[in-house]
Amino acid sequence: MEIAPKEEILLPVKPGFIALSLFSAFLLDLLPLGSFIEWIRPDFVAMLLLYWCIHQPLRVGIGTSWVFGILVDVADGTLFGEHALAYSLMAFIALVLRRRVSMLSLDHQFTHVTLILLIMQAVVVLTGFVAKDIFVGWAYFLGSLTAGLLWPGLTYLLKLPQRPKPDPDRI
Amino acid sequence: MEHELFSRGPSPAVRLTFFILLSLLLLVSDVHYSYLKTLRAGIATAIYPLQRIAMMPVELLGAIGDYTQAQSSLIKENAILQKQNLEDREALLRYRALQQENDHLRQLFGAKARVDAPSVMAEILYDERDPFSRKVIVDKGLQAHVIAGSAVIDNAGVIGQVLQVYPFSSEISLITDKDHPTPVQVLRNGLRAIVFGFGSSNLLDLKYMSLNTDIRPGDLLVTSGLDGTFPAGLPVATVLTVDKNPVYAFSRITCKPAAGVNRYRQVLILAPGSPPPPIPAAKPEPSPVRGKK
Repeated sequence: MEIAPKEEILLPVKPGFIALSLFSAFLLDLLPLGSFIEWIRPDFVAMLLLYWCIHQPLRVGIGTSWVFGILVDVADGTLFGEHALAYSLMAFIALVLRRRVSMLSLDHQFTHVTLILLIMQAVVVLTGFVAKDIFVGWAYFLGSLTAGLLWPGLTYLLKLPQRPKPDPDRI
Repeated sequence: MEHELFSRGPSPAVRLTFFILLSLLLLVSDVHYSYLKTLRAGIATAIYPLQRIAMMPVELLGAIGDYTQAQSSLIKENAILQKQNLEDREALLRYRALQQENDHLRQLFGAKARVDAPSVMAEILYDERDPFSRKVIVDKGLQAHVIAGSAVIDNAGVIGQVLQVYPFSSEISLITDKDHPTPVQVLRNGLRAIVFGFGSSNLLDLKYMSLNTDIRPGDLLVTSGLDGTFPAGLPVATVLTVDKNPVYAFSRITCKPAAGVNRYRQVLILAPGSPPPPIPAAKPEPSPVRGKK
Protein backbone atom coordinates (compact mmCIF):
# COMPACT_ATOMS: atom_id res chain seq x y z
CA MET A 1 0.00 0.00 0.00
CA GLU A 2 1.04 3.49 -0.74
CA ILE A 3 1.73 5.75 2.16
CA ALA A 4 1.13 9.48 2.30
CA PRO A 5 3.73 11.21 0.13
CA LYS A 6 4.92 13.62 2.74
CA GLU A 7 4.07 14.26 6.32
CA GLU A 8 3.10 17.86 6.84
CA ILE A 9 4.10 19.73 9.93
CA LEU A 10 0.94 21.17 11.39
CA LEU A 11 0.13 23.56 14.20
CA PRO A 12 -1.58 22.11 17.27
CA VAL A 13 -5.38 21.99 17.15
CA LYS A 14 -7.35 24.35 19.35
CA PRO A 15 -9.83 22.47 21.57
CA GLY A 16 -12.41 25.14 20.71
CA PHE A 17 -12.11 24.22 17.05
CA ILE A 18 -12.82 20.56 17.80
CA ALA A 19 -15.92 21.46 19.81
CA LEU A 20 -17.09 23.88 17.12
CA SER A 21 -16.68 21.31 14.35
CA LEU A 22 -18.57 18.66 16.32
CA PHE A 23 -21.45 21.02 17.04
CA SER A 24 -21.62 22.13 13.41
CA ALA A 25 -21.83 18.47 12.41
CA PHE A 26 -24.67 18.00 14.88
CA LEU A 27 -26.46 21.01 13.35
CA LEU A 28 -25.95 19.56 9.86
CA ASP A 29 -27.53 16.33 11.03
CA LEU A 30 -30.54 18.22 12.35
CA LEU A 31 -31.01 20.08 9.06
CA PRO A 32 -34.28 18.90 7.53
CA LEU A 33 -33.73 17.65 3.98
CA GLY A 34 -35.85 16.05 1.31
CA SER A 35 -36.50 12.33 1.46
CA PHE A 36 -34.14 11.54 -1.42
CA ILE A 37 -31.14 13.33 0.09
CA GLU A 38 -32.07 11.76 3.40
CA TRP A 39 -30.96 8.37 2.11
CA ILE A 40 -27.54 9.42 0.92
CA ARG A 41 -26.86 11.92 3.69
CA PRO A 42 -23.74 10.90 5.58
CA ASP A 43 -23.81 10.83 9.36
CA PHE A 44 -21.79 14.01 9.89
CA VAL A 45 -21.45 13.56 13.64
CA ALA A 46 -19.99 10.08 13.13
CA MET A 47 -17.60 11.39 10.46
CA LEU A 48 -16.33 14.17 12.68
CA LEU A 49 -15.96 11.87 15.69
CA LEU A 50 -14.04 9.42 13.52
CA TYR A 51 -11.79 12.18 12.21
CA TRP A 52 -10.93 13.48 15.67
CA CYS A 53 -10.49 9.99 17.11
CA ILE A 54 -7.91 9.32 14.40
CA HIS A 55 -6.12 12.66 14.59
CA GLN A 56 -6.61 13.78 18.20
CA PRO A 57 -7.11 10.60 20.23
CA LEU A 58 -6.23 12.33 23.49
CA ARG A 59 -8.93 14.96 23.06
CA VAL A 60 -11.76 12.96 21.47
CA GLY A 61 -12.28 9.33 22.36
CA ILE A 62 -14.86 6.81 23.39
CA GLY A 63 -16.45 9.02 26.06
CA THR A 64 -17.02 12.00 23.76
CA SER A 65 -18.44 9.68 21.10
CA TRP A 66 -20.80 8.17 23.62
CA VAL A 67 -22.09 11.58 24.71
CA PHE A 68 -22.72 12.64 21.11
CA GLY A 69 -24.43 9.30 20.51
CA ILE A 70 -26.87 10.12 23.30
CA LEU A 71 -27.54 13.57 21.78
CA VAL A 72 -28.20 11.99 18.38
CA ASP A 73 -30.50 9.42 19.99
CA VAL A 74 -32.64 12.15 21.52
CA ALA A 75 -32.66 14.31 18.38
CA ASP A 76 -33.51 11.42 16.06
CA GLY A 77 -35.93 9.76 18.42
CA THR A 78 -34.10 6.46 18.29
CA LEU A 79 -33.82 4.18 21.30
CA PHE A 80 -31.84 5.68 24.15
CA GLY A 81 -28.31 4.34 23.79
CA GLU A 82 -28.61 2.99 20.24
CA HIS A 83 -26.27 5.49 18.60
CA ALA A 84 -24.25 5.81 21.80
CA LEU A 85 -23.40 2.11 21.58
CA ALA A 86 -22.54 2.31 17.87
CA TYR A 87 -20.45 5.49 18.24
CA SER A 88 -18.42 4.20 21.18
CA LEU A 89 -17.64 1.01 19.26
CA MET A 90 -16.68 3.11 16.23
CA ALA A 91 -14.39 5.26 18.39
CA PHE A 92 -12.72 2.15 19.74
CA ILE A 93 -12.03 0.79 16.24
CA ALA A 94 -10.73 4.20 15.22
CA LEU A 95 -8.38 4.31 18.22
CA VAL A 96 -7.04 0.86 17.40
CA LEU A 97 -6.57 1.56 13.69
CA ARG A 98 -5.63 5.21 13.91
CA ARG A 99 -1.88 4.92 13.26
CA ARG A 100 -2.53 2.76 10.23
CA VAL A 101 -5.23 5.06 8.81
CA SER A 102 -3.33 8.28 9.34
CA MET A 103 -0.34 6.85 7.47
CA LEU A 104 -2.41 5.99 4.42
CA SER A 105 -2.97 8.28 1.47
CA LEU A 106 -6.42 9.81 1.20
CA ASP A 107 -7.76 7.39 -1.42
CA HIS A 108 -6.78 4.44 0.74
CA GLN A 109 -8.34 6.08 3.73
CA PHE A 110 -11.63 5.93 1.79
CA THR A 111 -11.93 2.15 2.20
CA HIS A 112 -11.03 2.22 5.89
CA VAL A 113 -13.38 5.08 6.72
CA THR A 114 -16.26 3.58 4.76
CA LEU A 115 -15.77 0.21 6.42
CA ILE A 116 -15.61 1.67 9.92
CA LEU A 117 -18.78 3.70 9.28
CA LEU A 118 -20.50 0.64 7.81
CA ILE A 119 -19.68 -1.33 10.95
CA MET A 120 -21.10 1.55 13.00
CA GLN A 121 -24.33 1.55 10.95
CA ALA A 122 -24.53 -2.24 11.18
CA VAL A 123 -24.51 -1.91 14.97
CA VAL A 124 -27.39 0.61 14.76
CA VAL A 125 -29.35 -1.65 12.41
CA LEU A 126 -28.69 -4.71 14.54
CA THR A 127 -29.80 -2.93 17.71
CA GLY A 128 -32.98 -1.80 15.97
CA PHE A 129 -33.56 -5.31 14.68
CA VAL A 130 -33.12 -6.94 18.08
CA ALA A 131 -35.09 -4.33 20.02
CA LYS A 132 -37.90 -3.54 17.56
CA ASP A 133 -37.77 -6.35 15.01
CA ILE A 134 -37.50 -4.02 12.02
CA PHE A 135 -35.04 -4.18 9.17
CA VAL A 136 -34.65 -0.88 7.33
CA GLY A 137 -33.36 -2.04 3.98
CA TRP A 138 -29.97 -1.82 2.38
CA ALA A 139 -30.34 1.75 1.14
CA TYR A 140 -29.69 2.91 4.70
CA PHE A 141 -26.02 2.02 4.25
CA LEU A 142 -25.59 4.44 1.32
CA GLY A 143 -24.81 7.18 3.83
CA SER A 144 -21.49 5.55 4.68
CA LEU A 145 -20.43 5.51 1.02
CA THR A 146 -21.20 9.22 0.73
CA ALA A 147 -19.27 9.80 3.92
CA GLY A 148 -16.28 7.95 2.45
CA LEU A 149 -16.44 10.06 -0.69
CA LEU A 150 -16.62 13.27 1.34
CA TRP A 151 -13.72 12.21 3.58
CA PRO A 152 -10.86 13.80 1.59
CA GLY A 153 -12.73 17.12 1.44
CA LEU A 154 -13.43 16.96 5.14
CA THR A 155 -9.79 16.21 5.91
CA TYR A 156 -8.68 19.16 3.82
CA LEU A 157 -11.18 21.51 5.49
CA LEU A 158 -10.34 20.45 9.02
CA LYS A 159 -6.61 20.76 8.44
CA LEU A 160 -6.92 24.33 7.12
CA PRO A 161 -6.67 26.11 10.50
CA GLN A 162 -3.68 23.91 11.39
CA ARG A 163 -1.55 24.83 8.39
CA PRO A 164 1.27 27.17 9.38
CA LYS A 165 1.02 30.66 7.89
CA PRO A 166 3.85 31.59 5.53
CA ASP A 167 6.56 33.28 7.51
CA PRO A 168 6.77 36.95 6.42
CA ASP A 169 10.44 37.20 7.46
CA ARG A 170 11.52 34.44 5.16
CA ILE A 171 13.36 35.53 2.08
CA MET B 1 3.67 1.87 37.99
CA GLU B 2 6.37 2.50 35.49
CA HIS B 3 4.22 4.43 33.02
CA GLU B 4 2.94 6.81 35.69
CA LEU B 5 4.35 9.78 33.75
CA PHE B 6 2.29 9.00 30.66
CA SER B 7 -0.82 7.78 32.44
CA ARG B 8 -3.95 8.35 30.35
CA GLY B 9 -6.49 6.70 32.58
CA PRO B 10 -8.05 3.35 31.79
CA SER B 11 -7.17 1.59 28.53
CA PRO B 12 -9.47 1.93 25.51
CA ALA B 13 -10.75 -1.63 25.94
CA VAL B 14 -11.80 -0.91 29.52
CA ARG B 15 -13.47 2.33 28.47
CA LEU B 16 -15.23 0.60 25.60
CA THR B 17 -16.58 -2.11 27.91
CA PHE B 18 -17.82 0.52 30.35
CA PHE B 19 -19.61 2.56 27.70
CA ILE B 20 -21.06 -0.51 25.96
CA LEU B 21 -22.49 -1.70 29.27
CA LEU B 22 -23.88 1.79 29.93
CA SER B 23 -25.50 1.88 26.45
CA LEU B 24 -27.01 -1.57 26.91
CA LEU B 25 -28.39 -0.52 30.28
CA LEU B 26 -30.00 2.53 28.69
CA LEU B 27 -31.34 0.46 25.77
CA VAL B 28 -32.94 -2.14 28.00
CA SER B 29 -34.47 0.45 30.29
CA ASP B 30 -35.77 2.38 27.26
CA VAL B 31 -37.38 -0.69 25.72
CA HIS B 32 -38.89 -2.17 28.87
CA TYR B 33 -39.32 0.61 31.41
CA SER B 34 -39.95 4.33 31.32
CA TYR B 35 -37.52 5.61 33.95
CA LEU B 36 -35.64 7.73 31.46
CA LYS B 37 -38.54 9.82 30.13
CA THR B 38 -37.55 12.87 32.18
CA LEU B 39 -33.86 12.60 31.31
CA ARG B 40 -34.78 12.36 27.64
CA ALA B 41 -37.14 15.32 27.91
CA GLY B 42 -34.35 17.31 29.60
CA ILE B 43 -31.87 16.62 26.81
CA ALA B 44 -34.54 17.33 24.21
CA THR B 45 -35.16 20.74 25.79
CA ALA B 46 -31.44 21.46 25.81
CA ILE B 47 -31.04 20.73 22.10
CA TYR B 48 -34.27 22.49 21.10
CA PRO B 49 -32.46 25.80 20.33
CA LEU B 50 -30.07 23.88 18.05
CA GLN B 51 -33.02 22.37 16.23
CA ARG B 52 -34.51 25.82 15.71
CA ILE B 53 -31.16 27.05 14.37
CA ALA B 54 -31.02 24.10 11.97
CA MET B 55 -34.52 24.98 10.80
CA MET B 56 -33.54 28.57 9.98
CA PRO B 57 -32.05 28.07 6.48
CA VAL B 58 -35.14 26.14 5.44
CA GLU B 59 -37.47 28.77 6.84
CA LEU B 60 -35.42 31.50 5.16
CA LEU B 61 -35.59 29.72 1.80
CA GLY B 62 -39.32 29.31 2.28
CA ALA B 63 -39.71 33.01 3.09
CA ILE B 64 -37.71 34.00 0.00
CA GLY B 65 -39.77 31.61 -2.10
CA ASP B 66 -42.99 33.10 -0.76
CA TYR B 67 -41.75 36.60 -1.42
CA THR B 68 -40.75 35.99 -5.01
CA GLN B 69 -43.82 33.98 -5.84
CA ALA B 70 -45.60 35.58 -8.75
CA GLN B 71 -48.70 37.53 -7.91
CA SER B 72 -50.70 35.76 -10.57
CA SER B 73 -50.33 32.45 -8.80
CA LEU B 74 -51.44 34.09 -5.57
CA ILE B 75 -54.54 35.51 -7.27
CA LYS B 76 -55.31 32.10 -8.74
CA GLU B 77 -54.85 30.44 -5.39
CA ASN B 78 -57.01 33.06 -3.74
CA ALA B 79 -59.83 32.40 -6.21
CA ILE B 80 -59.61 28.66 -5.59
CA LEU B 81 -59.59 29.19 -1.84
CA GLN B 82 -62.62 31.48 -2.00
CA LYS B 83 -64.53 28.93 -3.99
CA GLN B 84 -63.48 26.26 -1.51
CA ASN B 85 -64.49 28.52 1.34
CA LEU B 86 -67.98 28.99 -0.10
CA GLU B 87 -68.41 25.27 -0.57
CA ASP B 88 -67.13 24.55 2.91
CA ARG B 89 -69.39 27.17 4.39
CA GLU B 90 -72.39 25.60 2.80
CA ALA B 91 -71.28 22.18 4.06
CA LEU B 92 -70.67 23.63 7.51
CA LEU B 93 -74.18 25.07 7.67
CA ARG B 94 -75.62 21.69 6.84
CA TYR B 95 -73.27 20.10 9.35
CA ARG B 96 -74.40 22.47 12.08
CA ALA B 97 -78.00 21.72 11.39
CA LEU B 98 -77.25 18.01 11.47
CA GLN B 99 -75.28 18.38 14.68
CA GLN B 100 -78.15 20.17 16.34
CA GLU B 101 -80.51 17.51 15.19
CA ASN B 102 -78.07 14.87 16.38
CA ASP B 103 -77.72 16.51 19.80
CA HIS B 104 -81.45 16.68 20.07
CA LEU B 105 -81.88 13.03 19.15
CA ARG B 106 -79.11 12.04 21.57
CA GLN B 107 -80.87 13.98 24.31
CA LEU B 108 -84.02 12.11 23.49
CA PHE B 109 -82.14 8.84 23.84
CA GLY B 110 -80.44 10.07 26.99
CA ALA B 111 -77.02 9.48 25.48
CA LYS B 112 -74.01 11.60 26.19
CA ALA B 113 -73.37 14.26 23.57
CA ARG B 114 -70.13 14.15 21.65
CA VAL B 115 -67.96 16.99 22.80
CA ASP B 116 -65.96 19.00 20.32
CA ALA B 117 -62.43 18.62 21.58
CA PRO B 118 -60.32 21.78 22.01
CA SER B 119 -57.47 21.78 19.54
CA VAL B 120 -53.99 23.20 19.16
CA MET B 121 -52.52 24.18 15.81
CA ALA B 122 -48.93 23.00 15.43
CA GLU B 123 -46.26 23.06 12.79
CA ILE B 124 -44.07 20.10 11.85
CA LEU B 125 -40.46 20.97 12.63
CA TYR B 126 -38.80 17.98 11.05
CA ASP B 127 -39.05 14.29 10.30
CA GLU B 128 -37.07 12.15 12.62
CA ARG B 129 -34.12 10.53 10.93
CA ASP B 130 -34.72 7.20 12.57
CA PRO B 131 -35.27 4.87 9.62
CA PHE B 132 -36.95 2.37 11.93
CA SER B 133 -40.00 4.46 12.61
CA ARG B 134 -42.22 7.14 11.16
CA LYS B 135 -42.38 10.00 13.54
CA VAL B 136 -42.36 13.77 13.27
CA ILE B 137 -41.57 16.54 15.73
CA VAL B 138 -43.96 19.48 16.04
CA ASP B 139 -43.38 22.85 17.64
CA LYS B 140 -46.02 22.65 20.39
CA GLY B 141 -45.42 20.93 23.66
CA LEU B 142 -46.18 21.27 27.35
CA GLN B 143 -46.30 25.06 27.04
CA ALA B 144 -49.32 24.68 24.72
CA HIS B 145 -50.91 22.06 26.99
CA VAL B 146 -50.44 19.20 24.57
CA ILE B 147 -51.22 15.87 26.20
CA ALA B 148 -49.59 12.58 25.25
CA GLY B 149 -52.05 10.37 23.42
CA SER B 150 -53.89 13.21 21.66
CA ALA B 151 -54.99 12.63 18.09
CA VAL B 152 -53.29 14.65 15.34
CA ILE B 153 -55.15 15.51 12.13
CA ASP B 154 -54.76 17.68 9.06
CA ASN B 155 -57.46 19.02 6.80
CA ALA B 156 -58.06 15.65 5.14
CA GLY B 157 -57.93 13.20 8.01
CA VAL B 158 -55.96 11.52 10.76
CA ILE B 159 -52.15 11.79 10.74
CA GLY B 160 -51.19 10.11 13.96
CA GLN B 161 -51.07 10.63 17.69
CA VAL B 162 -48.83 12.39 20.19
CA LEU B 163 -46.29 9.97 21.59
CA GLN B 164 -44.14 12.09 23.88
CA VAL B 165 -44.48 15.65 25.06
CA TYR B 166 -41.44 17.82 25.67
CA PRO B 167 -41.56 21.36 27.08
CA PHE B 168 -41.44 23.09 23.69
CA SER B 169 -42.07 20.30 21.22
CA SER B 170 -43.70 16.93 20.97
CA GLU B 171 -43.11 13.72 19.12
CA ILE B 172 -45.88 12.40 16.91
CA SER B 173 -46.16 8.80 15.84
CA LEU B 174 -47.69 8.65 12.35
CA ILE B 175 -50.40 6.14 11.48
CA THR B 176 -47.98 4.72 8.90
CA ASP B 177 -45.51 3.87 11.67
CA LYS B 178 -44.94 0.13 11.88
CA ASP B 179 -47.62 -1.57 13.94
CA HIS B 180 -49.33 1.67 14.89
CA PRO B 181 -52.93 0.50 15.31
CA THR B 182 -55.86 2.76 14.46
CA PRO B 183 -59.38 1.49 15.15
CA VAL B 184 -61.55 2.24 12.12
CA GLN B 185 -64.96 1.64 10.68
CA VAL B 186 -65.88 1.14 7.04
CA LEU B 187 -68.06 4.13 6.22
CA ARG B 188 -70.21 2.20 3.73
CA ASN B 189 -71.39 -0.59 6.01
CA GLY B 190 -70.17 0.29 9.51
CA LEU B 191 -67.83 -2.70 9.71
CA ARG B 192 -65.24 -2.28 12.50
CA ALA B 193 -61.59 -3.08 11.93
CA ILE B 194 -58.07 -2.02 12.86
CA VAL B 195 -55.52 -0.64 10.42
CA PHE B 196 -51.79 -0.93 11.02
CA GLY B 197 -48.93 0.97 9.47
CA PHE B 198 -46.45 -0.86 7.28
CA GLY B 199 -43.54 1.22 8.49
CA SER B 200 -41.61 1.11 5.27
CA SER B 201 -44.10 2.58 2.82
CA ASN B 202 -46.77 5.24 3.12
CA LEU B 203 -49.50 2.63 3.09
CA LEU B 204 -51.67 0.99 5.70
CA ASP B 205 -52.54 -2.61 6.29
CA LEU B 206 -56.08 -3.67 7.25
CA LYS B 207 -55.44 -6.80 9.25
CA TYR B 208 -57.56 -9.66 10.53
CA MET B 209 -60.43 -9.41 8.02
CA SER B 210 -61.76 -12.80 7.01
CA LEU B 211 -62.01 -13.70 3.33
CA ASN B 212 -65.76 -13.22 3.08
CA THR B 213 -65.75 -9.73 4.57
CA ASP B 214 -67.69 -7.18 2.54
CA ILE B 215 -64.95 -4.73 1.68
CA ARG B 216 -64.06 -3.29 -1.72
CA PRO B 217 -61.40 -1.04 -3.20
CA GLY B 218 -62.47 2.57 -2.78
CA ASP B 219 -64.17 2.09 0.59
CA LEU B 220 -63.52 4.95 2.99
CA LEU B 221 -62.32 4.05 6.49
CA VAL B 222 -63.11 6.47 9.31
CA THR B 223 -62.10 6.37 12.97
CA SER B 224 -64.52 4.38 15.07
CA GLY B 225 -63.70 6.26 18.28
CA LEU B 226 -63.65 3.02 20.24
CA ASP B 227 -60.14 3.55 21.56
CA GLY B 228 -60.92 6.83 23.28
CA THR B 229 -57.96 8.47 21.51
CA PHE B 230 -59.31 9.41 18.13
CA PRO B 231 -62.69 11.11 17.97
CA ALA B 232 -65.13 9.08 15.87
CA GLY B 233 -65.79 9.87 12.22
CA LEU B 234 -62.43 11.25 11.07
CA PRO B 235 -61.31 9.94 7.67
CA VAL B 236 -58.31 7.62 7.98
CA ALA B 237 -57.77 5.88 4.66
CA THR B 238 -59.30 4.54 1.48
CA VAL B 239 -58.98 0.91 0.49
CA LEU B 240 -56.58 0.44 -2.43
CA THR B 241 -56.44 -3.28 -3.10
CA VAL B 242 -58.20 -6.30 -1.66
CA ASP B 243 -56.42 -9.60 -2.16
CA LYS B 244 -58.65 -12.53 -1.23
CA ASN B 245 -56.26 -15.40 -1.58
CA PRO B 246 -57.72 -18.55 0.02
CA VAL B 247 -54.20 -19.66 0.91
CA TYR B 248 -54.17 -17.16 3.75
CA ALA B 249 -56.57 -17.07 6.66
CA PHE B 250 -57.29 -13.38 6.19
CA SER B 251 -57.62 -11.10 3.18
CA ARG B 252 -54.68 -8.87 2.46
CA ILE B 253 -56.05 -5.36 2.28
CA THR B 254 -53.89 -2.35 1.50
CA CYS B 255 -55.13 1.17 2.19
CA LYS B 256 -53.93 4.65 1.32
CA PRO B 257 -54.03 7.27 4.10
CA ALA B 258 -56.60 10.01 3.55
CA ALA B 259 -54.49 12.69 5.21
CA GLY B 260 -51.31 14.01 3.68
CA VAL B 261 -49.29 12.02 6.19
CA ASN B 262 -46.02 13.32 4.83
CA ARG B 263 -47.14 16.34 2.87
CA TYR B 264 -48.27 19.21 5.01
CA ARG B 265 -46.47 21.33 7.57
CA GLN B 266 -49.47 22.42 9.64
CA VAL B 267 -51.37 19.96 11.77
CA LEU B 268 -54.08 20.12 14.42
CA ILE B 269 -53.66 18.39 17.78
CA LEU B 270 -57.00 17.42 19.33
CA ALA B 271 -57.16 17.14 23.09
CA PRO B 272 -58.26 13.65 24.05
CA GLY B 273 -61.88 13.27 25.05
CA SER B 274 -63.01 11.44 28.14
CA PRO B 275 -61.46 7.99 28.35
CA PRO B 276 -63.72 5.06 27.59
CA PRO B 277 -65.15 3.17 30.57
CA PRO B 278 -62.83 0.45 31.83
CA ILE B 279 -63.21 -3.00 30.39
CA PRO B 280 -65.23 -5.08 32.86
CA ALA B 281 -63.09 -7.61 34.62
CA ALA B 282 -63.35 -11.10 33.20
CA LYS B 283 -65.42 -13.47 35.25
CA PRO B 284 -63.31 -16.10 36.97
CA GLU B 285 -65.20 -18.99 35.39
CA PRO B 286 -66.93 -18.38 32.08
CA SER B 287 -70.30 -20.04 32.35
CA PRO B 288 -71.36 -22.01 29.28
CA VAL B 289 -73.21 -19.71 26.91
CA ARG B 290 -76.80 -20.57 26.31
CA GLY B 291 -79.32 -19.07 23.97
CA LYS B 292 -80.00 -15.56 25.17
CA LYS B 293 -83.57 -15.31 24.11
